Amino acid sequence: MTARNRELFILLLAAIVASGAFASAWFQEAAAIDYGWIPWAALLAALFVVAHLVARMTVPDADPTLLPITALLCAVGLTFVYRLDPEAGRKQLVWVAVGVAVLAGVLLWLRWDYRVLERYKYLFGISAIVLLMLPSVPGLGQRINGVKLWVDIGPLQFQPGELAKIFLVVFLAGYLRDKREALAVLRLKDIGPLLAIWGAAMLVLVQTSDLGSALLNFGIFLAMLYAATGRTAFVGVGLVLFAGGATLLYDRLDRVQQRVTVWLEPWTDDKVYCALNGAMEYRQNCDSYQLVKSLYSIANGGYGGTGIGNGTFDSVDGTRLIPYLETDFVYSAIAQELGLIGAAAVLLLYLALVARGMRVALIAQDGFSKLLAAGLSFGFALQTFIIVGGVLRLVPLTGITLPFVSYGGTSIVANFVMVALLMLVSHRAVRHSRA
Amino acid sequence: MNRQLTRVAWVAMALIVALVIGTTYWQTWARPGLAARQDNEIQRVAEFEVRRGLILAPTRVLARNKAVKRRGKTLYFRRYPQGKLTAHVVGYSTISRSRAGLEKSLNGTLTGTDRALSDLVEQQLDELKGTPIVGDNVITTLNLRAQRAALEQLGRTCGAVAALDPRTGKLLVMASSPSYDPNLVETRFGTIGSVTADCRPAAPLVNRASQGLYAPGSTFKVVTLSAALESNRYEPDSTFVDPGYCIAYGKRVNNFDTSRPFGSLTLATALQFSVNSVFCNIGKALGAKRILDQAKRFGFYERPPLETPDGERYPSGLYRNGELWYPKRNPDVDAGRMAFGQERMLVTPLQMAMVAAGIGNAGIVMKPWVVDKILSPLGNTLSRTRPERLSRAVGPVNARDIQNMMVRAVEAGTGTAARIPGFRVGGKTGTAETGVPGRNTTWFIAFAGRPDRRPEVAIAVALEGQSSTGGATAAPIARAVMEALLVPGSNP
Repeated sequence: MTARNRELFILLLAAIVASGAFASAWFQEAAAIDYGWIPWAALLAALFVVAHLVARMTVPDADPTLLPITALLCAVGLTFVYRLDPEAGRKQLVWVAVGVAVLAGVLLWLRWDYRVLERYKYLFGISAIVLLMLPSVPGLGQRINGVKLWVDIGPLQFQPGELAKIFLVVFLAGYLRDKREALAVLRLKDIGPLLAIWGAAMLVLVQTSDLGSALLNFGIFLAMLYAATGRTAFVGVGLVLFAGGATLLYDRLDRVQQRVTVWLEPWTDDKVYCALNGAMEYRQNCDSYQLVKSLYSIANGGYGGTGIGNGTFDSVDGTRLIPYLETDFVYSAIAQELGLIGAAAVLLLYLALVARGMRVALIAQDGFSKLLAAGLSFGFALQTFIIVGGVLRLVPLTGITLPFVSYGGTSIVANFVMVALLMLVSHRAVRHSRA
Repeated sequence: MNRQLTRVAWVAMALIVALVIGTTYWQTWARPGLAARQDNEIQRVAEFEVRRGLILAPTRVLARNKAVKRRGKTLYFRRYPQGKLTAHVVGYSTISRSRAGLEKSLNGTLTGTDRALSDLVEQQLDELKGTPIVGDNVITTLNLRAQRAALEQLGRTCGAVAALDPRTGKLLVMASSPSYDPNLVETRFGTIGSVTADCRPAAPLVNRASQGLYAPGSTFKVVTLSAALESNRYEPDSTFVDPGYCIAYGKRVNNFDTSRPFGSLTLATALQFSVNSVFCNIGKALGAKRILDQAKRFGFYERPPLETPDGERYPSGLYRNGELWYPKRNPDVDAGRMAFGQERMLVTPLQMAMVAAGIGNAGIVMKPWVVDKILSPLGNTLSRTRPERLSRAVGPVNARDIQNMMVRAVEAGTGTAARIPGFRVGGKTGTAETGVPGRNTTWFIAFAGRPDRRPEVAIAVALEGQSSTGGATAAPIARAVMEALLVPGSNP
């Protein structure tokens, strides 16, 4: 069976699972069993059939699992966003359509040779920094929940950090391929750019107070640096530098400070000062309210979960107990309704995506392709870890999106671009090894 | 480069695996701890999606559900058809004020989470099908007619009544005054505190029958008497000379009625007329620890067992600085004054009912219980409580002697107000002075039954803020409640 036929077959399986999940969310919302879910499921399926056809045309030898995994994750996201907020679900479906269009566009554009990107690596590098800085430009940036992540362009809001992540990977893949030998013997003059990137990460942290995005980009950087040079010392020094920098800035960054306190001690037995209302409160009723409620939501799922549509997210009077449930905390909704079995299955989808992506890196021939695929795959893994780990209290909670699942346009589109790049690299690697 | 890439791949996958482990931790090991937290509103709301089991007594419904549709979901709120009548035993289950009483301690049963594994699998299937979980039903041993009699008799007086079946330990009456309407806890909690009662603070939520710590007064003489007879140093007809007072620790302690010393009298007569000086001298002769050890055999120094939450039952005994205290040496305690119920002795009505029950049941104290049966939603009996022996307090012969002495106190002594025609009633009055005139705590403890049979009822009544004696105030209430329990169709 050819790669694309396998892809079509797995997509079919994914469609069945996804339709079942979405239908149950629909039935719950409609409080009746009707056929309203079918257009949604059909539309989602059609989008991925289109993506499949474009792949057939442009990258026939690409890895057959990447697209179906993406499809399933999108379906999970759509199901939960719709279940939590039907209006947001409608928009989410539109964003998936835009994502598929962008995926098709990228595949068509770079179908001959994606390695042209390498030529513009410095342009990508500079753009990445600019994009990261964009939200802190006065008049443009939009502060949401204390973090500057958003940019207003006319009626559109967009999160440049999501795009910057891809640009950074492209830049690093090109740059490190060039300099890996030099870096491996550690000449002082080649350290400069590394320190520059570290400095940029710190600057972003100060400018946007967004620990999550700084951590994600810096983590991708370290992973690619290690992959390129094989020097563990870089990773060690990098981590120390980042931790040191973050600690030094700790006092200046109220928000980071608060997140760390919440992470270390979400529950207090005594009342502490609550900056939100200026009174004395238990921390679980104040700063760590979101995290604690989200943990309660996860715990309520147990092994089997409550079932889609049966979870408890509202108080008795109908107000939502967990804020940002369809963005930052979507995992706590999934974990409650699908339980350990379902939540672990969703995590295993990410694991499969990361494993397949890394496999692409392993079989790719040239350094640029290897580093590109590795950087993108590691990016998926680290981003998932930072947000889900935050929700699970493994690391301090920072608001970044869960790839393909969280509600949010820029993130979905950016993740589709990443999948498109992985498919391109994998197509070329397979074709090349066969030749 | 592939070696490095493999390592990066392992790290990346390890990150995801860590998430699986983290999720497992919260959803399995940490789950019960989180579910029990007070601020876990998700758990509380989720529990209101469970149709809780009913609480019954034995045929009347004490707690039932009211279904409310909200946002396509059905929530079940609690309704208490009997209102104030059984508030302190049944308690309440609310979202805003959490739970109390059996609603709290039996939450697992009432929400069906305590079930066996096979039932849980079935329940999970029900959940998947969307049918609401239905909890198990609880049948209590309360006698509502007597319970109503107790609350009516207490009226505005603050105090409590506890009654047991001495043969089995079955709790028949547990009334605390002032009571509250559990239906108001969720929405109009503020109105509960403004109840009119003869004490301040009225504290209607406190279950005075098991949380009220009162000086026992002369009812404690039953414990002292038990210790005296068990020591084999005294007999019911041991004779004493009553000078009308007793010197304890250099201080003169008067009899309740100082006007007429009894002169020479037997131990039986001393109990019949509650002569302080006699018990004071017995206490001095026996020493505090011997009396306290006897008290322990009646259940003192432990929380009386019952299915209500632990925090709603206090142990009886000596208290020092608000803490239960057992003296290391005899001289630490004024045994003479303790022997007739003074010193720092504090007891609950439930504990004193257990004393009366122990005497009534030939010296054996049965473990008190209020949950008779647990029934599945389909009516199958899941568990049934069997009577259990708590302790042997006194030997059968001594128990019979004390019974007879207590019967004399009711027939021709301090407790005549508790006489019930056609029944054998034995009792002991108590009047504990609080230091403020007219604010005595008055007591009556008793057992009663058919003349030729074992006693069927044991009771303790405690009243706050009384100006009169236990014989005049508490004994009539005990009588009315016992009558409701003993005489079918009587109109108390």
